[in-house]
Amino acid sequence: MGQITLEQVTKRFGSTEVIPPLDLTIEDGEFCVFVGPSGCGKSTLLRLIAGLEDISSGVIRIDGTDASDTPPAKRGLAMVFQSYALYPHMSVRKNIAFPMRMASVPKDEQTRRIEAAAKALNLTEYLDRRPGQLSGGQRQRVAIGRAIVREPSAFLFDEPLSNLDAALRVGMRLEISELHERLKTTMIYVTHDQVEAMTMADKIVVLRAGNIEQVGSPLELYRTPRNLFVAGFIGSPKMNLIVGAEAARHDAHTIGIRPEHIDVADDGPWQGTVGVAEHLGSDTFLHVHDTGLAETLTVRAPGEVGLRHGDPITLRPRADQPHRFDAAGLRIM
Amino acid sequence: MARAVTPRRKALNTALAWGIGLLIFFPILWTILTSFKTEAEAIASPPLFLNFSWTLENYAVVQERSDYMKFLVNSLIIAGGSTLLGVIVAVPAAWSMAFVPSRRTKDILLWMLSTKMLPAVGVLYPIYLLFIELGLLDSRAGLVVVLMLINLPIIVWMLYTYFREIPGEILEAARMDGAGLREEILYVLTPMAIPGIASTILLNFILAWNEAFWTLNLTAANAAPLTAFIASYSSPEGLFYAKLSAASTMAIAPILILGWFSQKQLVRGLTFGAVK
Repeated sequence: MGQITLEQVTKRFGSTEVIPPLDLTIEDGEFCVFVGPSGCGKSTLLRLIAGLEDISSGVIRIDGTDASDTPPAKRGLAMVFQSYALYPHMSVRKNIAFPMRMASVPKDEQTRRIEAAAKALNLTEYLDRRPGQLSGGQRQRVAIGRAIVREPSAFLFDEPLSNLDAALRVGMRLEISELHERLKTTMIYVTHDQVEAMTMADKIVVLRAGNIEQVGSPLELYRTPRNLFVAGFIGSPKMNLIVGAEAARHDAHTIGIRPEHIDVADDGPWQGTVGVAEHLGSDTFLHVHDTGLAETLTVRAPGEVGLRHGDPITLRPRADQPHRFDAAGLRIM
Repeated sequence: MARAVTPRRKALNTALAWGIGLLIFFPILWTILTSFKTEAEAIASPPLFLNFSWTLENYAVVQERSDYMKFLVNSLIIAGGSTLLGVIVAVPAAWSMAFVPSRRTKDILLWMLSTKMLPAVGVLYPIYLLFIELGLLDSRAGLVVVLMLINLPIIVWMLYTYFREIPGEILEAARMDGAGLREEILYVLTPMAIPGIASTILLNFILAWNEAFWTLNLTAANAAPLTAFIASYSSPEGLFYAKLSAASTMAIAPILILGWFSQKQLVRGLTFGAVK
């Protein structure tokens, strides 16, 4: 079991309030991602749940029990840190065994769980090495192994992939997702990378300056962003935001159109010139200037498009309604 | 980036380093040399460097006249005991300052150091009277406590510096893994700080070994360590430089040997945070 509930939780450092009163429920077995730009309070929020920081007011419940004043060791949660935070003086085996040693798990049970975890994480042949002799990806696996063996009620991940190179990151992302499918344990995952959030989450919590901007499934956030911040943050490349006459035509202060919802068409209503064309093979990202709508309009054209810098271009937005926002930046339903 | 060093420049640097090294070592070298001279040669003018009649007589006399072993054992107990006690007290203190600092931590550190700025003689009377009251005069236990207190600021400072180098996330990981404060310090922090703790122990052992003010003032016959052993050769019968030197050499020999074998550790420890 691993339902985590935050009720009116706040955090102040001195006189600065980093987390204003916040309510959130993470269901048992859910993969919940906290996402937001750096300094938005997502890591602080995770550390509050872990117990590594004390909350200033409010209640944190784990499986219905008030855990606000429970020390981290007693909360039954496991955490994977950005820096891996392995014990450098212990072998991989001892690193993984450490939480079980603290919980006085019998030796043969320890061995059984270590071997199972090592097998699942491809670490069997590295069990007797020190963390210093492992690559970044292997170290991250050890950190995950150390978290798994305690059989926690929830896993907390604090930007676990940001120290890995891009190729490894994608691989580990899949491994963590599969781990979640297999264990069905609650996971809370902090990242600034919206692609990680979109690909891994059951539920995304978008944070800005300690405030929850929106909570929802990846597709809910993609389809119906509640405000301009979420609209701009979720989706890659970023949503095009247009103000002025074109927006007024839709009775809005700002309208948003995703790059994949604009087609290159000979008879389109919008004209411009190509600034930069990024050829990815599968897609072409066109950054279009001089449209009179926004400084740059980003268009995602499928496949290879033979356009270059300076070429004139005509565009057609898809027929369905654009995202509309009022002057305060809130979505108009 | 490496700077290009010409061979001539390198030779010059080496010569300079050796020069400074010899200058620092010279008093010890001179003491050792003097210990092998006769009393007349020891005060010869101009001084004799190597061209004297080498003799072991001074050592024989010193050995005969006083019980070196008794002083040595006292030195070992006092220096070892005060260092050990100091580390036991300082590890939790340095832990709290390094990992859960408050707004006043820096002030506390400075304030602790300020006790080192007070001349020792300024507190001689209070401590002396306290020792009489507690019956600690001329006891090894009393000296262990006093020397521990004298060196405690340095031990805390050194440990604090080493602990600061240890990433806090590792200790947080231990907490998440179910370790209480005791397990965190015992199984995670201490093993990781072993190099720092070792050089702290070493340096403080040396400081305590050589400490003379308190050992001379608070001991008489029973608890007197090697510093008192040296001092006993300095005045009563006029100055006997050669015998004094022999006594000094015997007193510093153990620590010199210890320092020689652990110099790598000591250098690494003393330059820890600086070169990382």
